[in-house]
Amino acid sequence: MKTPLTHTIRPKEPPLDLSQYRRTGGYRAAELTVGRTAPGDVVDLVKRSGLRGRGGAGFPTGAKWSFVPMGDDAPRPKYFVANADEMEPGAFKDRYLLEGDPHGLIESMILSGYAIGAEVGYIFLRWAYRLAYARLSRAIAEAREAGFLGHDIFGSGHAFDVHIHVSAGRYMCGEETGLLNALEGKRATPRHKPPYPQASGLWGKPTVVNNIETICAVRHIVFHGPDWFRELGANGGAGTKLYAASGKLRQPGVWELPIGTPLGEIIDEHAGGMTSGARFRATLPGGASTEFLTREHWDLPLDFDPVATAGSRLGTGTLIVMDDGTCPVGMVHNLEAFFAMESCGFCTPCREGLPWTAGVLRRLEEGRGRYEDIELLRHHAKLLAPGVTFCALAPGASAPLASALSLFGDDFERHVREGRCPFRAEA
Amino acid sequence: MATIWIDGVSYEADPSRNLLAVILELGFDLPYFCWHPALGSIGACRQCAITQFRGEDDHQGQVVMACMTPAAEGARVSIDHASAATLRKSVIEWLMVSHPHDCPVCDEGGECHLQDMTVMAGHTYRRSRLPKRTYISQDLGPLIGHEMNRCIQCYRCVRFYREYAGGHDLQAMGTRDRIYFGRYQDGPLESEFAGNLVEICPTGVFTDKTQARHYTRKWDLQTAPSICTHCGVGCNINPGERYGALRRVRARYHGAVNGYFLCDRGRYGYEFESSDRRIRVPLAPRGEQNQAEELSVQAAVTRVAKILTSSRRVIGVGSPRATIESNYALQRLVGADGFFHAACAEEHRSSLAALDALREGPSRSPALREIERCDAVVVLGEDLTQSAPMMALAIRQAALAIPRSVAERQGIPPWHDAAIRESVQSARGPVFLLSPAPTKLDDLATRVYRKTPRAIAAAGQAIARALDPQVPALAGDEMDRAGIEEIARALTVAERPLVVAGSGTASEAVINAAANLAWATSAAREDDRAAELAYALPWANSAGLSLLGGAPLDEALAAAERGEVDAAIILESDLDRIAGPGPAERFLGQVRHAVVLDHIAHPTAARADVVLPAATFAEGHGHLVNSEGRAQRQMAVFSPDEPIRESWRWLREAMMLAGYDEADSWTGAEAIAEAAARDHPALARLPDAQLSADFRLGGAKVARAPHRYSGRAAAKLHLNVLEPTPPRDNDSPLEFSMEGSPVLPPGKIETTFWAPGWSSPQALTRFQEEIDGPLRGGDPGVRLIEPAGEPFAYRDVALSAPSPELAPTPVVAAFGSEELSALAPGIAALAPRAFLELNPRDAASLGLADDDVVSVRARGASARLSVRLEPGRAQGTAGIPLGLEDIPVALSFAGELITGS
Repeated sequence: MKTPLTHTIRPKEPPLDLSQYRRTGGYRAAELTVGRTAPGDVVDLVKRSGLRGRGGAGFPTGAKWSFVPMGDDAPRPKYFVANADEMEPGAFKDRYLLEGDPHGLIESMILSGYAIGAEVGYIFLRWAYRLAYARLSRAIAEAREAGFLGHDIFGSGHAFDVHIHVSAGRYMCGEETGLLNALEGKRATPRHKPPYPQASGLWGKPTVVNNIETICAVRHIVFHGPDWFRELGANGGAGTKLYAASGKLRQPGVWELPIGTPLGEIIDEHAGGMTSGARFRATLPGGASTEFLTREHWDLPLDFDPVATAGSRLGTGTLIVMDDGTCPVGMVHNLEAFFAMESCGFCTPCREGLPWTAGVLRRLEEGRGRYEDIELLRHHAKLLAPGVTFCALAPGASAPLASALSLFGDDFERHVREGRCPFRAEA
Repeated sequence: MATIWIDGVSYEADPSRNLLAVILELGFDLPYFCWHPALGSIGACRQCAITQFRGEDDHQGQVVMACMTPAAEGARVSIDHASAATLRKSVIEWLMVSHPHDCPVCDEGGECHLQDMTVMAGHTYRRSRLPKRTYISQDLGPLIGHEMNRCIQCYRCVRFYREYAGGHDLQAMGTRDRIYFGRYQDGPLESEFAGNLVEICPTGVFTDKTQARHYTRKWDLQTAPSICTHCGVGCNINPGERYGALRRVRARYHGAVNGYFLCDRGRYGYEFESSDRRIRVPLAPRGEQNQAEELSVQAAVTRVAKILTSSRRVIGVGSPRATIESNYALQRLVGADGFFHAACAEEHRSSLAALDALREGPSRSPALREIERCDAVVVLGEDLTQSAPMMALAIRQAALAIPRSVAERQGIPPWHDAAIRESVQSARGPVFLLSPAPTKLDDLATRVYRKTPRAIAAAGQAIARALDPQVPALAGDEMDRAGIEEIARALTVAERPLVVAGSGTASEAVINAAANLAWATSAAREDDRAAELAYALPWANSAGLSLLGGAPLDEALAAAERGEVDAAIILESDLDRIAGPGPAERFLGQVRHAVVLDHIAHPTAARADVVLPAATFAEGHGHLVNSEGRAQRQMAVFSPDEPIRESWRWLREAMMLAGYDEADSWTGAEAIAEAAARDHPALARLPDAQLSADFRLGGAKVARAPHRYSGRAAAKLHLNVLEPTPPRDNDSPLEFSMEGSPVLPPGKIETTFWAPGWSSPQALTRFQEEIDGPLRGGDPGVRLIEPAGEPFAYRDVALSAPSPELAPTPVVAAFGSEELSALAPGIAALAPRAFLELNPRDAASLGLADDDVVSVRARGASARLSVRLEPGRAQGTAGIPLGLEDIPVALSFAGELITGS
């Protein structure tokens, strides 16, 4: 099986309905698990599978679940939240699953919810994913009708239901605690950890928030076992990963590949290489909030640890490829303007620092920059670090800026020296 | 205690605190914005960065926010480490990217926390060339100015307003670098605590609009410790004066009473002091041809003395808003039998009953900060947000006691505000409210019962009986069994239960039922402890006046009616306002002579023979006793122009002239307080409320004006080129001067609350023994009342006979019900118009609709009021606003509706 986790997805066609999904073995894993095995066993399976969070942080999923208080005196209700607020620039992998495999998501949510003893599941959905909303709504209705969701799922006596919450649309809502505040109807500002959501999450109750791609792997892990999943990876990684690529590529798209597939292979073999006239210069490996990788990383296995060792982050695994005709200052300006716009305004460095960097970058692009502006950018790129800011948004924003400053410093200086963007035709 | 290291030196620290609190407490300078001792930590501003090390060998460390880091055993941190210091400087730089450079014209300038922190963090040079963002500010009403361009987005305002004080109409709006703190549209802020935004805001976004009309910088103000004079709670205040007029009032921290805050009646009521109704010279209002005639001091005192010597029977009307000293002097003058209170019978009985209950039974009256820690509350009848706003604010915190403790058991530290609130969600209480009409505390109540005052008393007694069968049964209890048991149980299992009542229902029965309820808990509880018992008495010295004893105004009127009164000395009271113009005029016609001592002109004063200009709270010395039974000292903030002086000094002069020898010994504020303490055992500790006048620091007195006070030599230059000698103050350890001891005095007589580097109200941490604890050297004031303990006899709850008539029930308004503050233009603008509030069913059965006008009468007073329907009002009650212009107080307590033809 080339695409073990997504083989039921038929691009450009409607997703499988309940009966079609059942015929592929769908809901068997859930049926055989809920009420028949101990929730702790499910946590254990996921731990042993080596599954790590596909939202970007790469935290081991089973370990995340194991912090949820269990037992009769655990606070109730508990919540399981599917983070479908895919707002990272360059990322569209979760959309592929949301639109293509809605029953797979629901079944995985049932299993995940069961593992942590949750009664309620939420899908926190990006506002623009309207097709996904329609397809998920339909699938949830079918699952409820079949008794797979509700007060007594699979006749097990366990309750679990899934609700969709359509986000009002902020990047910040993709951060798990910002998401929880938004879901409660509050301002989408992050929360300080500790306490972690597993202890005090949605409405102050134990909650797990997982990324869609992470969740969707769960039913396969339960169905096929953790060893099967582990062995899907390449170069020491566990499982497969949805990689995607955008930029001046012949075939931009999204592919399920063994985790650990090398960068060059993804660009050359799956994305079909660069379009004619364009030459690869660098790529953001995992969405807008990661550091640039360059030609020297061509053979780097794209898995959490190797990418981290190379000084970047795997993030979402969705590559944004920069060619040699694109101005790095302009590209970074575009990114910083996005992050400045999406800052929630809660903490000072992010709220005030990001618009400042975006403003300085714009001045550089417009040919009004000074050398001390580059110093200002370095100051911000260094200072907006984890621990300084309240959450990871601003450190994410400084990742591409910091790496651009060190990789493409000449381009920044040329903007000042020439008083214009050298990548643009002279007026 | 934990051992922590700060820059290599070890200190003992309380591990339940965060490092910011510990660091400030140790006296270090560490800048911060979003943290506030009353609000806790949220980690938003990132200003209090310090470097934390993993161990002795870690020299690189990691930047952490001190406010979000526990003072855990073994913690090693550095304030001076470069990475943290650089970040702190950068945070200020970020905040300054858009902060306007308008300090010279900003009302906050000179006491701005942002100015202090900018200097402290060392940011000096502007690197940003970006345009500054701008906002459109709002009109937030007559009390608070709004200048959003100065905002540094610390979120303190909304956290105080919404989460701490329960307001709804101020919020954080917008996002990214366009956050806006304001209302959804222009309009007066609705919270009774909105004025605290002026002090909570670390810069000049929220400013005091009343001060702006007569603006003076903090360093140019003369201040002295004082007590709010606008309700019975007794909040501590710092009034500020320049050029002979009050410029503003700020909260004065008191570790046991009001903490950091004030209500808006207390903050903004001060402008009565410069009202155009002020009496500034002695007057004979009915002089030649009935024209008011100004009198010299000599002439005025002589006239009063003559009235005293020529009248056979002189009575005195004491005042619940005047000091112990003035009331005591009057009582000595007229004798105990001739001393009456400027309060109608219902209010008088309620106050006396409350004080008796606090002295006779086992229940202790808690201070405000103790109320905050109570974990089960029952309020009988009182609309606290209106009658004793700061007590309502304390109960709002008490409602969080249990939910917070649940969160803390989950391991969330008490200072971790956002996490605590997330865990707490909407859990509150238990708080039970029994009231005749909706109140602003309803939102946090476990259960709300709407009842007539009579039924509230009956319900209180029924709950008491459920706790202790010894409590006598009463007929007329309409409360369901489950409700009774729920409340009884809550009082039994709570760690620290509290029963609250007040005079706001005009019902002595409610006061007594509350006492019985609090006392009966001791029978049901395992620890045998009685619940605490808090009464909200209406005026600043209701309790003090009641301790002196005396009969209600109604009896004075009756005595005059019988022709038994030749002369009346009326102290700081407007009898027209209490009894109504008709009865007041009649009374003043029946007595041959009347002398009025007051600050403000009113109809009663206009009918007197002599009117003497009395000092306001800001101009004189004296004591007040609050509802808790705490005696507190007001110190003169400034020396008023001649001949204004305290009422007791006027009385003393007239008495000395008239041959009352004892007045000779009242040589000063302390002498008369000591005399009162000798004569009234209940007041024995009165002189201990403050430091005595002979207190010296290094041989010097304490200056009322800061060392930066400007223009002293020029202030009166237009009158005389010679700089006048500052007035002497023989009554207190303070001096009317900028010259005084250079040593920081004990907190209780500190005037300016300034410390090097700390010009804003945040300087307070330098004056507290510990963060949130008492002032250094102890909080001022003494408790005069302690419970007698066991055995006790339950109080008699006498219910009025059931009546088909609607029960008149006062509707107290925070803005409007208190006569002095109602003269402040800002408060007056927010006061309600007169109305008669009815349940729509009662109105329908009387054939009344919205806006119909009805006559209300009581004891010779009357008013015409327009009907306002309130579905939440208990049937059988008629809500009549208390103390508004044109509604005599007697009507609110005893008004009878005249319907039909």
